[in-house]
Parts: sequence; C-alpha cells; structure tokens
Amino acid sequence: MRALLMLGIAGMALASAAAAKDKPKDAPATPPDVVRVGKDPWPSQYKPYPAQVTVIRGATIYDGAGHRIDNGMIRLEGGKVAEIGQTVGVPDGARLIEAQGKYVTAGIIDIHSHLGVYPSPAVDANSDGNEATSPARPEVWAEHSVWPQDPGFSRALAGGITAMHVLPGSANLFGGRGVTLKPVYGRSVQEMKFPGAPYSLKMACGENPKRVYGSRNQMPSTRMGNIAYARQLWSDAVAYKRRWDDYTKRAEAGTAKPSDAPRRELALDTLTGVLNGEILVENHCYRADEMANMIAMSKEFGYRITAFHHAVESYKLADTLKAEGICSAMWADWYGFKMESFDGIRENIALVNAAGACAIVHSDDENGIQRLNQEAAKAMAAGRRLGLPIAPELAWTWLSLNPAKGLGIADRTGSLEVGKAADVVLWSAEPFSVYARPMRVWIDGALLYDWGDPKRRPTADFELGQPGAGDVK
Amino acid sequence: MKRLAITLLLAGAALPAAAAPIAITGATIMTARGETVIEGGTLVFDNGRITAVGKDVAAPADATVIDGRGRILTPGIIAAASDLGIAEVNGVRETNDGSARQSPFSAALDLSTAINPRSIHIAISRMAGITRAAALPDAAGGIFGGQGALISLSASGPTLTRGRALQYMELGETGGRIAGGSRPAAFAQLANMLAEAQRLALNPAGFDRGQDSGSLAKRLDAEALALVIDGRQPLLVHVERASDIKELLKLKARYPALRPVLVGAREAWLVVGEIARAGVPVITHSLYDLPDSFESLAASRNNIGVLHAAGVTVAIAPLGGIGGTSPINLPSYAGNAVAQVLVPGGKGLTRPQALAAITANPARILGLADTGTLEVGKRADLVLWDGDPLELMSAPVAVWIDGAAQPMTSRQTELAQRYKALGRTDLPLQYPR
Repeated sequence: MRALLMLGIAGMALASAAAAKDKPKDAPATPPDVVRVGKDPWPSQYKPYPAQVTVIRGATIYDGAGHRIDNGMIRLEGGKVAEIGQTVGVPDGARLIEAQGKYVTAGIIDIHSHLGVYPSPAVDANSDGNEATSPARPEVWAEHSVWPQDPGFSRALAGGITAMHVLPGSANLFGGRGVTLKPVYGRSVQEMKFPGAPYSLKMACGENPKRVYGSRNQMPSTRMGNIAYARQLWSDAVAYKRRWDDYTKRAEAGTAKPSDAPRRELALDTLTGVLNGEILVENHCYRADEMANMIAMSKEFGYRITAFHHAVESYKLADTLKAEGICSAMWADWYGFKMESFDGIRENIALVNAAGACAIVHSDDENGIQRLNQEAAKAMAAGRRLGLPIAPELAWTWLSLNPAKGLGIADRTGSLEVGKAADVVLWSAEPFSVYARPMRVWIDGALLYDWGDPKRRPTADFELGQPGAGDVK
Repeated sequence: MKRLAITLLLAGAALPAAAAPIAITGATIMTARGETVIEGGTLVFDNGRITAVGKDVAAPADATVIDGRGRILTPGIIAAASDLGIAEVNGVRETNDGSARQSPFSAALDLSTAINPRSIHIAISRMAGITRAAALPDAAGGIFGGQGALISLSASGPTLTRGRALQYMELGETGGRIAGGSRPAAFAQLANMLAEAQRLALNPAGFDRGQDSGSLAKRLDAEALALVIDGRQPLLVHVERASDIKELLKLKARYPALRPVLVGAREAWLVVGEIARAGVPVITHSLYDLPDSFESLAASRNNIGVLHAAGVTVAIAPLGGIGGTSPINLPSYAGNAVAQVLVPGGKGLTRPQALAAITANPARILGLADTGTLEVGKRADLVLWDGDPLELMSAPVAVWIDGAAQPMTSRQTELAQRYKALGRTDLPLQYPR
C-alpha cells in the first residue's frame, strides 16, 4: 500500500504514457495498471520573463562553443538566439545595442555551487548543505534545502552566471541530489529550476567522509572504508533495480498487481536513476589515484561518472579522463589548504584541456562564482606559460559549453547557437581582463541585470531594509 | 658593461646580492610612490639597495644591465596578512602553527619561533611577485592571538625581517565567541588585559602581588601588551561591524599611544569619517560584497574606494572569507579595485593607487619603512612583469629581494613539468626530476 500512497501524479502520467506507447498489437483494451517511480515529481515552475527582440552590434563574440566573431552581431528573439554572425537582420522595433569595443559571450554556467544551501548569512540556522547523519544519503535533494532568498544569487547574476548546479556538500560518500537552477529569484525553488535539466548524484571520495564519520568512530574512517561502504550500497542498488525491473516486466505483461510493486526506497531510487543513466554522477574527488578507484567502481556496477569536481590532480590522469569521457570541474589555483589538495598546480585546467579531456572551471564558492571569467583567465595564462597555446574563445568553453555538457543541458544552453536559449552576457571589456565587468545579462532573452539601471539589479528579501540594500556591489 | 639575459638569472638557486650594481633599463617603472609612473626609466640597485631610479638615469659603467623594455617594474608585493611560513597544510593541524586553542598564553605567543623558510608556499608566492609578508596568528584561546612576524620570501634569506612586529586581536562575533559568548565579554577581556599591561609597565616588580585572583592576565601576556599600549607595536584588530569599529576607536582616548589597525572592516565605509579622523589604517579585501554574517550586512566592493577617498590608508590583503584567498592573487585583487570604478556608482582606486594598496600601504602600516616603493635607499625588492602587473594573465619574469635574484621555480612547477607529457615510458613518471 505504501508504494501506492507514495506514487505521485507525475508517476501516474508516465505510467499511462509508457503503457500506451509500448502497447502490443493484441493487448487488452484497458492498459495494465503499472506502478512506476515518478522521474520528476517536483517539476520546474520557472517561466522566462518577458523578452524584447534585441540586437547587439559591433561586439567581439565568444560563442561558448570555441568560436570567435570579431565585430559581430547577434539577435535575441523569443528567448532564443535567433541569428548570430557578422551581420544579422534587425527587425523593426528591435532594441539595438551598439557594442563596439565590448564583448558578448555565452552566459557562464557554474557546475558546482552551494548557493541557497549554504546561503548568506552563513549562520548555523541557514546551514543546510550536508545531511551528515549517515555516509549515504542519496535520498536527500539539495533543492529542498535551497533558500531562494540567498543574496548570493544576485551577486552570481551580476557576475554573468546564467545557470548553476547546486549540490549537497561532501561530508557523505553519497551526498544527495544536485539541482540545476537559474539565478532568477523566485518565491519557491521550483520557480528557479532549469526546466528539464537532469538531476545529479553528488558523490565524494577522500578525506571528508572518512574524517566526518571516522571522528564519530563510525564507518568509514579510512579510504578503504569509503570504497567498501560505497560498493555495498551500489550492490544494494543493483538488487533494488532488479526487483523493480522484474516487477515492471511482470506488471506490463499483466501478471503483477499494483500491490506487488516493491517498497520504494528513496535512497535507492536515486542510485537506480544513476544506473539507468538518467541521473548524472558529479563526484567530488581531489587525487588522481582516487579518481581511478572511482572509475573502477563505476565499471564494477555499471554506471557512468559525468564529472570529477575539484579534481586538483586531474593533470595526472588527463589521458584516462579523456578516454573515459569524464569532465573535470576545477579551480584555477586553489591548492594546499588540505592534504588532498597539496599537489594542486596552476596548470591543471590547461593540461586537462591539452590532453583533449573536458575541462570546466567551477567555483564551489559564493565569491568565486561572481568571477569565473577571472579564474579561466588565470588558467589560460598558466597554460600559455607552460607552452600550451589556448585561444580565449576556446577557454570560454570551460565556462559555458563544457559545464552545460556536464549538466546534460548542452542541447538548450551553453553556447550562442541559433535555437539555443538567449543566455548572454555583454562585457565592458575583454572578459579575461581584470578590468572587465558584466554590463548586462540576459536569461532566456530577458534582460535581468543591467549595471547602469538599479531597476535591473535584484535585492533579495533578506537585504531589504538592511544597511547594504541597494548599494552597488 | 655586462648584459645578462633574464633567463640566465632565473636558472638555479637564488643568487646572493651581486657585488656589482645591476641596472634595469627601459622599463615602465611603477614606483608606488604617489601616482608616479616613469616610462622608459632606469633603476639601479647595488648591495641590496636601490641607488638610482628615474628617466634619465645612466647605468653605471660596472653595472650588469637588464633590458626592461616592454616590461613593467614594481616594488615587491607585500602580503599584509598571511599564514606564510607558519602553516604548510592549513587543514593538517600538526603543520599549522597559526592558532593555539589549548595554550595558557595568548598575547605572548611569538610567531617568529615557528617560521619555516622552506615552506613550499614561500617559493610559490615568491614566483608570483610576493617579496614580504606579515605572518599573522589566529586568536583562539583568548581575544589576543599573539605577535605576528614580518618575513622576507627570499630563497637566500634571511627570512625573518622582524619578529614581534605587531599584535593581533579579535573583536566582533569571533572575539565575542572566544571571550565567552558576547561582545561585552570581549571588551571586558580587552579592558582587563590592557589595564594589566599598564599596571605591569608602571610597576613591573609589583605586578604579581596586585593581581586579581583568577585573572586572565599572565605576566608574559601583559609584557607583550605593554608594547601595544605604548605604541611600539601596532594592534591589528579583526573587526567588521560599523558599531564595533566605533567602539574600538574609543580606546584611543584611554590609551593615546595605541596604534590600532582595522582588519576585515567590511562595514568601515559606514563610519569612514570616524576612521579618517582617528588616523587609523585599514587592511581589507577588495572582493567582500556579501552579507555573509550579521556583522557584514553592509559589505560592498566600494568599501576601499570610499575609505581611500576619505584619506584612510588602505592595504588589500588575502584575508579569509573569500574562497581560495591567496597571496599569489594579490595583484588581481588590486586590479578588481580598479575595475570597481567602471561600474556606475562604483568607487575604487586608480592603477597606481591599487598597486600602492599591495606595496607602499602595507609597508607603511606594518612599519616596513625601507620597502614598498621604488625610491633611492629602499631595499631592492623588485618585480619585473611581462605585462600590467594587476592583470590576471600577467606574471613576473624576474624577482629580486634585497637585491638577490630569486629562483623562478617551485614544487608546483616541478609537478607541472613531471606530468606535462603523460604516458608510459621506460620508467615510471616518478623517476625523472
């Protein structure tokens, strides 16, 4: 009964749709009653804001897919990139922005943020990023901790962020589900969710889980404990998936009743989503040898790792990461603050890029998210000094298309290609210069930040009536 | 005249200060003295000191000449707050001498006893153009953290420029927590410690007799604080909220020789008049803009620009609260203070002012009178850059400290070289070095 009670409306809808699609020729008139686990029971309620047809003329464009257009033009229409190139059509009534000497880029996507779950002010009462009560909490979802009024969202937007992935922390081996949001304030987190973006599972290797639980005299207290604990859970997930697959097959054949459906385990639902390829694995991991262990574990149980996060030693394993098709989400120069970050080098991102593997610049920080362009600049410069030539338009892929790939949203955003979302930043100068700042930011074609217009600079509820409200940040 | 390619200088270990003078010619010299920038200038140094600097300076006949054309020459960068030399891996307790929660002493703790010249971070920071730093303690067992040290990052030493150079203290939320749970508790501890220090200074022999039973003031701590109340050491105070800053400034009435320096000071711009009138300098970060605590609700990147415009001496330091904060990024932190001017309504610094905020100003605040600017007689702490020193993509091509050319290698560069080309060879990658 419990399974039925927990079945959401979305689950029901999916069940009927699937049954209709798979209906065999000689099927009975009424489709079989199949209980299914809802894939998106808390769907996005985000709606793009009104967008004016906008043409930007004369700017240097980094399109996010590795191309550069000098003195180019782009038209945003209907929330999408309608045209981009040396010249584009300018319809009557379009807002025309002259941008000679300015730069236009694809919006920045941060694949690793804790905005909302570790919001400002960082008081204990707001600290909702780690459900550190068990090494395995894949049942928790970061979105249920997100405070939509985090002032950090406004700062991220002003830094040119157009989408971000909010993750649980790394205290646990299985931290829970991450969610992709837009830095567009809403009254609920559902109003900020990127429509249709897949969920992720946050995993962690290394020091954090073994420290958090080892200090309580619990498993894991060692790296071998980390792996053993995780393998047991993956084994449980495989068995759980088998039970559900078996039940579904029988139910579709009309030989199982709804009450035969297995009891739902929310934790194992998440892992089953990973095994089915629907949920992406975003894996906190610093050391190369531990990444290798995580890859071996993924092969043992039959899932894919989408990206290693922090990944300060990816440069030691870049060839493998390329072969496995795993992205690395990295800082430009954080190193040395904990033992597993001791071998961090400033050439990491450039070396991963040079090996042909997928390189992403991430923040993991409410300040860093405001200046990811600066992090990419430093990484590009470090690469050049090592003799690795990197064009700026190529480096911009670290900030947009590659993180979009790492979040499963590259078909919708991440580059300024016709038909993709008009997620666009207009910069005051070459965006890898320390003297450049975003002048305007469009999300789905709507102008949501304008440095010169206080009416286009959001103030979170928390800041209203406080000493910093309304100040230029 | 000997001509020496920079690449030669960079090879191998640090060279001791050359016996003959060295002249850097044709460089854009940002002196950090006022707004003075010399295009196509020459700087000569000899025996560790700058002997000439200007547009029409001729290189001495016996000088080694370094071609600075297309390069920018600046003073060495000074990190006004750091854990350089005192913490190797911040999160590994046994390698971190910055805090001492269990110690019965607080103000007496002398960080110079912990400085490790061979820390990997010294070489890494030096390559980024950092030549001097203040190594500061954290306060943990009491609101006073102890006496910070001023260090040189030179590979050839000496590392300690001055020990017992300053006292560090916590007020505000952190100070309140350490002192027992409230701001009044922190101010009570402060009042008690300073009163005890004064009593000790007036009558050292009688100190132990008149002490309250259970007093928190150990003799060694009181001796350390005696240096603070008579102004021999500056008192660096971490404080953020405007009201806490005002309360701290009141101390000057009771202890006129006190030399407070505000550290953090996210809400300083709200009380900029009081700070300017008191003549108190500020060490802060250029990137604070989030209300990340209830004592920083007014945090704004305009803070530095407002303070500077009011005449307050401001140093930009790699303070906490900014993820990944590091001395190596000081130039870009300064550059961000310049960019802030561009934003409508933004307040910031000019490029020379921003450079001064990481060179001349920290030198002045920390009492490093013979560093921080390119002037005759100052220490030859120099950085030659391949571009605008405040830009993200620029880097030093040469660094001198006390006139000694510094090696441009670190553990990081060795790791990068080792893993630059991956793949299987006759021996594991761990053999070549």
